[in-house]
Amino acid sequence: MSASALSLQGIRKDFGETQIIRGVDLEIPAGERHAIIGPNGAGKSTLFHLISGKYSKTGGRIGLNGEDVTTLEPYAIARKGLSRSFQITNIFPRMTVFENVRCGLLWSMGLKYAFWKLVGRQKDLNERTSEILEMIGLTDRQAIPAGVLTYAEQRTLEIGITIAGGANVIMLDEPTAGMSASETDQTVELIRRVTEGKTLVMVEHDMGVVFDLADRISVLVYGEIIATGKPEEIRNNKAVQEAYLGEAPEEETETVGGAH
Amino acid sequence: MPALLGPFGIWIVCAIVLAVMPVIFSSPVSVTIMNQMGISIVFALSYNMMLGQGGMLSFGHAVYFGLGGFFSVHVMNYIEVDGWPIPLPFLPFIGGLFGLAFAIIIGSFSTRRAGTVFAMISLGVGELIAACSIIFVVFFGGEEGVSGDRTMGPPVFGTEFLKEIEVYYLTAVIVFVAAALMYLFSLTPAGRMANAVRDNPERAEFVGYSQRQVRFMSFCASGFFAGIAGGLFAINYEILTEENLNLTTSGWVLLMAYIGGIGFFIGPIVGAVLLTLLQTVLSNHTELWLLYVGLLFVLTVMYVPSGLTGLMMMHGPAMKAGRLGQLAKPYMIAGIPLLVALAGGVAVLEMLNHYNNAPVGDNVAHFFWMAVDTHNPANWAVALAVTAIGAYTTYRATPQVREAWAEANDFSEKGGDR
Amino acid sequence: MELVVFSLLNGLVTGLLLFMLSSGLTLIFSMMGVLNFAHASFYMLGAYFAYTISGYMGFWVGLIFAPILVGVVGALIQRYGLRYVHRWGHVAELVFTFGLAFLIEEVVQFFWGKATKDYHEPELLDFPLFTLFGQSFPAYKAFMIFISIGIFIALLMMLTRTRVGLIIQAAITHPNTVANLGHNVPLVFMGVFGVGSALAGLAGVIAGPALGTFPGMAFVLGSIVFVVIVVGGLGSLAGAFVASLLIGWLQTFAIALDYSMTDLLDLLGVSFSDDHVLRDLWSLSLPQVAPILPYLLLILILIFRPTGLMGKRET
Repeated sequence: MSASALSLQGIRKDFGETQIIRGVDLEIPAGERHAIIGPNGAGKSTLFHLISGKYSKTGGRIGLNGEDVTTLEPYAIARKGLSRSFQITNIFPRMTVFENVRCGLLWSMGLKYAFWKLVGRQKDLNERTSEILEMIGLTDRQAIPAGVLTYAEQRTLEIGITIAGGANVIMLDEPTAGMSASETDQTVELIRRVTEGKTLVMVEHDMGVVFDLADRISVLVYGEIIATGKPEEIRNNKAVQEAYLGEAPEEETETVGGAH
Repeated sequence: MPALLGPFGIWIVCAIVLAVMPVIFSSPVSVTIMNQMGISIVFALSYNMMLGQGGMLSFGHAVYFGLGGFFSVHVMNYIEVDGWPIPLPFLPFIGGLFGLAFAIIIGSFSTRRAGTVFAMISLGVGELIAACSIIFVVFFGGEEGVSGDRTMGPPVFGTEFLKEIEVYYLTAVIVFVAAALMYLFSLTPAGRMANAVRDNPERAEFVGYSQRQVRFMSFCASGFFAGIAGGLFAINYEILTEENLNLTTSGWVLLMAYIGGIGFFIGPIVGAVLLTLLQTVLSNHTELWLLYVGLLFVLTVMYVPSGLTGLMMMHGPAMKAGRLGQLAKPYMIAGIPLLVALAGGVAVLEMLNHYNNAPVGDNVAHFFWMAVDTHNPANWAVALAVTAIGAYTTYRATPQVREAWAEANDFSEKGGDR
Repeated sequence: MELVVFSLLNGLVTGLLLFMLSSGLTLIFSMMGVLNFAHASFYMLGAYFAYTISGYMGFWVGLIFAPILVGVVGALIQRYGLRYVHRWGHVAELVFTFGLAFLIEEVVQFFWGKATKDYHEPELLDFPLFTLFGQSFPAYKAFMIFISIGIFIALLMMLTRTRVGLIIQAAITHPNTVANLGHNVPLVFMGVFGVGSALAGLAGVIAGPALGTFPGMAFVLGSIVFVVIVVGGLGSLAGAFVASLLIGWLQTFAIALDYSMTDLLDLLGVSFSDDHVLRDLWSLSLPQVAPILPYLLLILILIFRPTGLMGKRET
């Protein structure tokens, strides 16, 4: 296997008769910030679910840091250093903000399923949790249940949970969806900071965010990658302009996933 | 969250309460009731490890309680007949191990999913074991059950547990330890992740935890403590019957946990104490007690889903702000007529029940320390009028309560003083 | 031979009765996602209502009005109970129906007492329909079969031939879409719950005289009905039908065929002494294990085929 952080080889997914992902090949080297863009229904979220193990694959291979993770369960993939966020806010609503972040840390700090250790006594764990809260700017909200946070705060917490475990491949599914302009700017800064030195794969509709953050961009259309390259290459690519950028330069953010 | 109780203070208070209870309530009857409460507390807390902490609704939790109890009685008999050198205080632990063993077996396939499937499997297993208890007479003792004698083991600190009060202190110690351990479990990585899986199983998977494994661990722990409760039951009653593991007992533990409040660690304790009181005290006063319990349960599920503990905890913010006083008056204005209405309603039900079921010639119903002629229309009129007036007055007073509540909990700039 | 014929017939009676309960339950489940624990309680209410009505106006009036009454009670409980509890989530709904089952049993005892009621078949049907191999088959059981099949056909017609039926079928799979098309889904829910309860009530009316009218009758049947709908596949009417008959025959044949482990061991030439620790296991007979067979089946199905025999979804 190559030394890519993430390597997709001929990934396919059928739902019944319908082919949603039709053979995706992609190599993402370690440390790259990679954005996946494409029109609605192109299969971006499905691709995320396939990589992270939520869906089983119809065909193809997925390598993570040189290891084959094609058939692993989501929790096993997570343990191997891939962490993801969700398009729809996906947190632990009845637990406090502090605990949400701590849940993201438990496994990677080696606590696993221990029932003979008290979480309150794990000094490293709680210090690390506080650091992450500080980093994402939710320290003063840490004691309240996550379910009562504002939308933007929940999205931020989502990123916090995702990066907490120290995974080296971070996947963010539309991290700025539904945010105001200023919130988006803050989130972009946050993403830049927390993914320093890590591999980032993101799906994003906001082209400003994409061209701001990404080292390379892949364009997914009808379950196939039609182009991969540096932002300026993508901007100037004829096929991409036809298939995607041309039709609606500033597409409105939407919540319906590509999995339909 | 249970964490708001101070680190050790509350446990010391609990220990002292447990120690002095039999001094205050020293009659044999009350000691028996308190023993029953202790058993129910452990049982209900173990149930809530699944339902409240882990989000698994079980209709067959009596299996682990009952099997733990049956094995304990059998061990008790081995102690008596074969002279096994096991001191009595270890018996609940043995019951717990058998509860754990069966939880491991059943949990290995039932914890794959939460929700309806889990509930159905628990019901199926519960019915299966209950039906088995009738078939396997050697182990379950058929209709008479299996009995034993707790006093035959090696003495512990000179006591042979002949007296009820000795059993009380044994029960109290085990209840205390078991409750503390269950509380501590909720603070371990396994316990915290149980909450996480309850809230959002998918997210838990993506932070590295298998939801099935997390549920399985809660399930096993829950079975273990249910088995301990069964062992305590064996010690207290020295007999186990089919009734101890059937659906009725499984339902009863659900009632205790839910009425007490499944969202709080102390909820099941509140529920266990209350329902044991109803079971032992109220049942002496009226044959309709199960009807009242059923009404209480259905009303709780509908209107107070967080249980009695939740009702109390709701007042936390107002109390912190020192505004509880504001609520006292409206609570009185609505509460007193509510009690009157309830009393009237109970009177109507009791009279109706007596009228329907009493033998011919027996016209006098006894309730509320009164003797009421149920064949006298005037008495019916009074009971109905009391109910109606009470209900109407309560209805009229509710807006006031609502207003006072809103005011006491208004922490915005103009309403608050913080 | 006579054993087989009578077991077949008796199993058919039980199976069809189970289907009258399970059809409503599975419809309610697939539309609302609620497994109604109190479904068998409506069956009990049907029997008691019919008992009281028949005391004044005879069996036939009870047969018609008791199910209607039960249906109204069911619809009211859905409207003012279940719909309210829905806001507290799924577990609360399940717990609510459980509490309801508990409460209805107490209410029945409150009004009718604990003793078995003397509710019996009408004189018109109180004769042996035919005698075979010296054993007679009561006309009332034939009547039960007749009514059950009639209901089954009516239900099928309603679901496949009427507009309401089509809406219900659509609402089972796509409740939101149906609501968006302008259909009053809450009203359909209430109606289905009411009709399902009424069906259970009807089952109670005709089962009361045959199986006894007593406060534990819901408890006896309640869990079995769950077994039926899970085994058949949640949300599948055809599955419920097959599973009802399967369970009906499983039980009657297990009781009728008096074979035991001893017989099997004799065949193998193995025997154990009577004071062996596991003697209960060696002497186990089919009639003895009859009560646990449905639950064994349930657990096996849930483990190995969670969608049930004919279901498509796993919940």
